[in-house]
Amino acid sequence: MSTVLDNLDLVFWAFVHTVALFLISGVLSLLIGTLLAAMRVGPIAVLRRAVATYVAIVRNTPLLVVFIFFRVAGPRIGIQFNFVDIVWGDLRMNNYFAAAIVSLTVYTSTFVCEAIRSGVNAVPLGQAEAARAIGLPFGGTMREVILPQAFRATVPPLASVQIALLKNTTIAGIFGVAEAFFRMRGFTNDFPGDRLGIFITFALIFVVLVEVVSFASHRLERRWSAAR
Amino acid sequence: MSDVLFDAPGPRAIARHRIYTVIAMIALLGVLAWVLWRLYDSGQFSYEKWEPLITPAYVRALLVEGLLTTLQMAVTAVLLATVFGLVFGVGKLADGAWIRWPSWLVVEFFRAVPVLLLMTLVFYSWGINRGSSGAYWSVVIALMLYNGAVLAEVFRAGIQAVPKGQSEAAYALGMSKSQVTMIILLPQAVKIMLPAIISQMVVALKDTSLGYAVAAPGLTEIGERIYRQFHNEIPTIFVVASLYIAANLVLTAIATWVQKKFVGEKKPLEVGMIGELDDARKP
Repeated sequence: MSTVLDNLDLVFWAFVHTVALFLISGVLSLLIGTLLAAMRVGPIAVLRRAVATYVAIVRNTPLLVVFIFFRVAGPRIGIQFNFVDIVWGDLRMNNYFAAAIVSLTVYTSTFVCEAIRSGVNAVPLGQAEAARAIGLPFGGTMREVILPQAFRATVPPLASVQIALLKNTTIAGIFGVAEAFFRMRGFTNDFPGDRLGIFITFALIFVVLVEVVSFASHRLERRWSAAR
Repeated sequence: MSDVLFDAPGPRAIARHRIYTVIAMIALLGVLAWVLWRLYDSGQFSYEKWEPLITPAYVRALLVEGLLTTLQMAVTAVLLATVFGLVFGVGKLADGAWIRWPSWLVVEFFRAVPVLLLMTLVFYSWGINRGSSGAYWSVVIALMLYNGAVLAEVFRAGIQAVPKGQSEAAYALGMSKSQVTMIILLPQAVKIMLPAIISQMVVALKDTSLGYAVAAPGLTEIGERIYRQFHNEIPTIFVVASLYIAANLVLTAIATWVQKKFVGEKKPLEVGMIGELDDARKP
């Protein structure tokens, strides 16, 4: 345990990186995933099929391979993020960080898309029929009637997706972002005698973060279900 | 569902949709053409880049040392995880609080901790001096712990999904709680849970690639060796990703088939989120 206590500032900034990765790619994946879901259920057959194929491909690719694509293969065809370099305290958002955000967003948004699509399917048929009956076009039906209810039904699956994202941010540590896994591996290398204490500390902080997301989703679910 | 979201289009809507379709087609083709042009422009279609991937020795390495090892790891991990999940899933339903609470703690802990942290701990404290098989088993053990915790929840949900009359009838015959669980509930629950267990194999298969962090064997590692040697990152990753996708699609198809065959059209099993108290959300 002493390793962690002696290096509290390093641990703190490591988890700042983790939380930054989680929040930025979480919001982006929700936005892009919603867009994908709208195209996935929309009236334009070409888009429906294109999105279905895209989602099937990305969902079945391991996240690590997505990371390798953006970090190792991307630069070969000019996908680079060298223009990103923001420093805030010890939080460094450089090209590695940007590549991690892109990989996490690309991967997670497909899961968001599937979660929302299943939520759309869970909205009772009568809702869509009533919306059409009062003359709403597809955009209006989705925006005013279906999506607000679908989001409510999808809070639990979306929260599961976001919790998975929080745990997946550790992969950024393999690819050079100084987040929690990166720091834990560094500590384990430098202080091998203390590895169990190091692991338990990092693991427990993750448990706390996961519980926070889980708790927040329960609050949201309770509040929104009361509005029905 | 998606066909009730919009009316059967009239003549104007059909015309509008045709315009949208054309725009979408142009946009998609544009993206595709841009990607292909970028690939072509940077020489990704040249024969030298693809040569290693059609050389029999490397194809063999990809399929046998790569895909087969990966599949082996995933299947071993899920089989062990099934045992782990069975023990702790039944443990969570035990009568004695001294079994229930530790089971709950173990399941919640391993579900919430990232697999990568588990893998690193197992590797550095156990596998590091055991060469390649140490890395292999570090990945399998870490995946067993994580997937086992997830499957424990599946087992619990599966046992609770068996109609109540079944256990009541068994109790009425004078069976003990362990007899009811072993003879009546589990055999029926396993049938409902089979698709979930196979789907978990997809998760495990994708997570085996995390072995990259501890230099474990598998598809990702073979791919890395190939692109490090030949600097053909794009073609190699294309092939590696395709193999993963193909394996996952086959597993998903099997899960769907098993679902139809053994469970019928009933809804697949729903498992609660991490951090959720048992049945807090059920009405």
